[in-house]
Amino acid sequence: MSELIPPFDWQQHVIAPWVDGFGANFLIALMGFFVATACGLVGNYLMMRRMALVGDAISHSVLPGIAVAFLWSKSRGTWPMFIGALIAGIVTTILIEVIHKKSRVKQDAAIGIAFTSLFAIGVILISVFASQIDLDQECVLYGEIGYIGAELPPDFKAAVQADGFWQVIPVDVSRMGLVTLATVLLVTLFYKQLLVSSFDAGLATSLGINSTFVHYALMCWLSIVVVSAFESVGAVLVVAMLILPGATAFMLSHRLPVIHALTVLVAALSSVLGVHLATWLDCSMAGAMVVMASVLFTLAWVFSPLDGLLVRFIRQRKTHLEPSEEIVEATK
Amino acid sequence: MPNHHLQSTIHHLRYVILALGLLCFGMDTYAAKIGDISETTVSEQALRFFTFQDPAVRYALLGSILLGISCGVMGSFIVVRKLALVGDALSHAVLPGVALGFLWNTTKDPVAIFVGATVAGLLGTAVVGAIKHTTKLKEDAALGLVLAAFFSIGICMVTMIQRLPTGNKSGIDKFLFGQAAALGPNDVKLMAIITVLTLVVIGLFYKQFLVTSFDAGFARVTGVPVQVMHYALMLMLAFAVVIALQAVGVVLVSAMLITPAAAAYLLTDRLHRMLILAAIFGMVSGAAGAFLSFLGPSLPTGPFMVLGASTVFGAAFLFAPQHGVIMRWWRRTSRSRRIQRENTLKSVYHVLEARDFKPEGVTATELAERRRETMEDILGQVRELKRHDLATLQDDDHTVFLTPEGWQRACAIVRNHRLWELYLTNAAQMSADHVHEDAEKIEHVLGEDVVRQLEKRLNYATHDPHGKLIPGQADIQRGSTPPERTQDAVGYGKRT
Repeated sequence: MSELIPPFDWQQHVIAPWVDGFGANFLIALMGFFVATACGLVGNYLMMRRMALVGDAISHSVLPGIAVAFLWSKSRGTWPMFIGALIAGIVTTILIEVIHKKSRVKQDAAIGIAFTSLFAIGVILISVFASQIDLDQECVLYGEIGYIGAELPPDFKAAVQADGFWQVIPVDVSRMGLVTLATVLLVTLFYKQLLVSSFDAGLATSLGINSTFVHYALMCWLSIVVVSAFESVGAVLVVAMLILPGATAFMLSHRLPVIHALTVLVAALSSVLGVHLATWLDCSMAGAMVVMASVLFTLAWVFSPLDGLLVRFIRQRKTHLEPSEEIVEATK
Repeated sequence: MPNHHLQSTIHHLRYVILALGLLCFGMDTYAAKIGDISETTVSEQALRFFTFQDPAVRYALLGSILLGISCGVMGSFIVVRKLALVGDALSHAVLPGVALGFLWNTTKDPVAIFVGATVAGLLGTAVVGAIKHTTKLKEDAALGLVLAAFFSIGICMVTMIQRLPTGNKSGIDKFLFGQAAALGPNDVKLMAIITVLTLVVIGLFYKQFLVTSFDAGFARVTGVPVQVMHYALMLMLAFAVVIALQAVGVVLVSAMLITPAAAAYLLTDRLHRMLILAAIFGMVSGAAGAFLSFLGPSLPTGPFMVLGASTVFGAAFLFAPQHGVIMRWWRRTSRSRRIQRENTLKSVYHVLEARDFKPEGVTATELAERRRETMEDILGQVRELKRHDLATLQDDDHTVFLTPEGWQRACAIVRNHRLWELYLTNAAQMSADHVHEDAEKIEHVLGEDVVRQLEKRLNYATHDPHGKLIPGQADIQRGSTPPERTQDAVGYGKRT
C-alpha cells in the first residue's frame, strides 16, 4: 500500500509544485481551468435541457472525426480537427434523431447505440492506422494533459519575459484559451436566447427565437469545445467536465448568472487541486482534476445551504419534532 | 468408444475448416507459410483462428460467445425498461472496483476483480438513485455525474497501479478497450458459471421479471416484490457487465448491452423471443469481434464487437419486417398509391353517374375537370389504373373504360363514402355539409364486414344525405357499366 499511496508531505506536494516545476504545473492547471470552464458553461445549458447524456455521446463520437481529420490532413492542424469534430458532432445528433424517430427504439437506447458505434469506429481507426495518427488508446480516454509541460523551455519565467507569454506556451493551451474566451463571449451575447429556449421552447418561438437553430448551434459549439479539450482530458473526462462543475453550481444556487460564476470557480478550484492530488499520488493529471471536481460536488451535495443533505436532514427532524406554527394554528 | 468417435469427427471437421480457410485466402496463405514464419500475416492469423488449434483462440471465442449471451439477455431488460444509459453509467462505474480487485493481490485474479467490480457497479447505481432522490438534478445529469466521478477515480487508480513495479505487465490497461486474447481458462470458467446462473434465475422467475418490466403497478398488485426484482436485475446487470469487461473493455460494454437488445426489439414484440434474439446477436457480434481483433497484433477486441453489433442493428433498423424503415416506407407508399388509385376510380364513377351511366368511355379531359388536376397528372393516374388491370385505355390513353374489376372497386368506394356520410348524419347528428371530408378518409379503410353492419343499421338505404344513390350489392356484382341505366335500377333493398 505504502508504495501505492506515498505519505502526504506539505512541502513536497503543496509548495513545491508552484516553486520547482512552476511553468509546467501552472500551464497544466491553466489548461485544466480552460477546459473545465468552457465545458462547464456549455454543460450548464445541456443540463437545463436534460441533454447531459447527449454531451456524453458527442464527447465520444468526435473521435472518428478527429481520426479522419488526422488521416486526411496528415497533420495536427486546428482547422481540420475542428471541421472533423463538427461533422462528427452533427452526424451524432442526426443519427440519434433518426434512430429515435424512425424506429421504436427509445431515445436513451438511440444515444447509446449511436455514440458507441462512432467511438468504436474511432478506436479502430487509431489502432489500425497507429503509425499515422498521433493519438493512442489511453489518451483517447483520459488525455495527456500532463505532457503539456514536456516541451517547455527549462527556464519558464525567463522565456516568458523574453518572448511574451503567448509565444512560449504550447499551441494546445492557447487554442483552448481562445475557445474558452469565445465560449464566455457567446454565452454573454446570446444569454437571453439560450436561457429562454432552454426553459420554454414555446415562449422562445413566440419571441422569435428559433429553438431548433439554437439546439443545433449548441451542438456545434459543444463539438468545438469537446474537440479542443479532447487531447488534454480525453473522451470520458470531457463528460466529467461538462457535468460536474455545473452540477456543483446547481446545488448551490438557482440563479443562472450565479450558476455560471460558480461553475467557473469550481473549474478553477478543481484544476488547481487536481494538480496537487496528481503530484501527491503520481497519477493521471486529468483524472485527478475530475476526482477533485467530484469531491467538490460531494461537498456541495452534503453541505449546500439550499437543499444539501445536511439541511434536509435538519429540516426533516424539525418537522418531525415540532409542527410549524401555521399547523398548530390550523388544528386549534 | 463414443469419445474416440467425437475426437475423430472433430479431427475431420478441422480439415474441412482448414480447406475452407485455404480456399478463402488462396495463394496468399501459401506464400506466407513458405516465407517468413515469425512474421504472421492476416490470413495466417485467420487460419489459426478457424482451426482452433490455439487454446487462446478457443478461450477467446468461448468467452466472447458467453458474454454475448449474458449481455444480450440483460440488455434486453434494460432496453425495454428505458434504462439503457444506466447500463452505460454502471459499466463505467466498475473501473475503480476492477482496480481495487487487482490490488487485492496484485495479480489478475478473476474472482477478486469480479467481486470488486460488482460492488463498485452497484454502488454507482445506488449513488445515482441517491442523487436523483435528494437533489433537483435530473436523471441524465445524475447518470453522467456518477459515470464521470467513478471513472475518474478508476483512471487515477489504474495510472497508479501501472506505476508499480508489477503493474506494467499486469494487463490492467486491457480492461479499458478489452482484449479477448487475454482470457484464460479461469476467466472463461467464471464467465460460464455467471452466465448459466443468470439464465437459470431469468428462467425461473421469467414471469415476475416480465410483469415488473412492463407494468410495475400491476406487478405490485399481484404480489410480486417489485423492489427485490429491480435489485436482482441490477445485480445481474452488474454481473453481465463485469464478465464482459475483459473482452470488451469498460468503455464499450454498454454497447454490448444496448445494441443487440435494441436490434432484437425491432424484430419482435414478445419478450422471450427478444431475449433469445438478443443473445444470438450478442454471440455473433462477440465472435466476430474476437475474430477480427485476432487478425492484427494490437487490435482491441471491444470496438470490433461493438461494430459487429452495430452492423446487426443497422440491418434490423433497415430490413426488419414489422418495424424496419424500408418495410414501413414500402407499406406507406403502397397504401398511398392504393388510395390514389381508388380516388381516380371514384372520379370515373362520378363522371359516369353524371351522364346516367351511358356506356361510353370517360375522357381524360372530363376527369381532369372533375379532379381539378392537370392532364399530365390524370394521364399518369389512368395509366396506373391500367397497370393494375382496373381499366383499359383507348385514343392514346385519353379515353378510359373500366374493367369489371375496376367497376367493382369504383362502386365499392363510392358506396363506402356515401354509406359513411349517411351514417354520420343519422347516427352522429352531423349536418350533411360537414360529412364529406370525414368520408373521404374513411372510405379507403372500411372493411366488408363494417360495410355490412352499416347497411344493416341504415336499413339498406338507397340515397345518401345529398340525394345521390348508394351503389348496392347488385351493382357491384354486375361487374360492368349496365347498358341502359335509369335511376330506379340502381340500388337494392327496400325502395321508398
